[in-house]
Amino acid sequence: MKKITLILICLFFFSTKINSDENLIKKIEIYKNLRCLVCQGQSIADSNSDFAQTIKLVIEDQIKEGKSEKEIYKFLISKYGDWVVFKPLFNKTNFLLWFLPYLFLILGAMTIFFLIKKRNNKDN
Amino acid sequence: MKNKLTKILVFGLFLFIFFIFFLALNSNKRYNTENLIGEKITDFQLYSLVNEKILSSKNLRKNNYTLINFWASWCAPCKIEHKYLLKLNENKNIKIFGINHKDKKDNAIKFLKDLGNPYDYLAKNNDGKISIKFGVYGIPESILINKKLEIIKKFIGPINDNDYKEIIRIINYK
Repeated sequence: MKKITLILICLFFFSTKINSDENLIKKIEIYKNLRCLVCQGQSIADSNSDFAQTIKLVIEDQIKEGKSEKEIYKFLISKYGDWVVFKPLFNKTNFLLWFLPYLFLILGAMTIFFLIKKRNNKDN
Repeated sequence: MKNKLTKILVFGLFLFIFFIFFLALNSNKRYNTENLIGEKITDFQLYSLVNEKILSSKNLRKNNYTLINFWASWCAPCKIEHKYLLKLNENKNIKIFGINHKDKKDNAIKFLKDLGNPYDYLAKNNDGKISIKFGVYGIPESILINKKLEIIKKFIGPINDNDYKEIIRIINYK
């Protein structure tokens, strides 16, 4: 019985540790993707400004409340606009930004493929 | 035919790049508050600076107009705008809700004793968190709201003579 209790205590301890580590990673990821609006080209993670300190507290609270990364970004975008995030969320105004690199990659690959095919045909 | 197609493709690509540059260079990359105009303010509950009373967004529903002003005694530009807040306080059509941001109570009270108290409501915000819910990023900032708690205008930085005149024009317009 004592052994089982000990194992359960250990499991509980490790699960809370893993959870807090996950939250820490999530928090740092969010900080890195947020622009410090009062600094020159710094992220919230890099900045020690009053604005950055306050926004970090709010993000910490929201993570504790169980909000997802996307929900936190949405909240901050509703207050500060798209400019606050370095990596903008996918929406109708920026869909080209997300799709164009892939489109160009495919077009480039197709061009190379046809050029090689044409050259091979000529050689034959 | 093939040559013509290549020319069209190159021209199309050039036009596309020009269009993207045109859009990107004309977009406003500085923080502005246009997206907040017409939005309702977040519900909030804050402790009064002077006693243990709780002040909330409900307190503001009875006012025709409310100016929510984020200030602190350590903030030099707050002293510059103070005279305009005192003048606004004389107008019966507007109430001023002061949110004391990351400040010491004694310093805040001394600031108001020295310069005068323009605030109809005075709340404390020791950790500053509520400022993020209002989309504030520096002190001082002021938000003009109506009875429905909708944001009419946001003033970043100290209120100046033009801002004061604009507020008067808005609150006196019927």
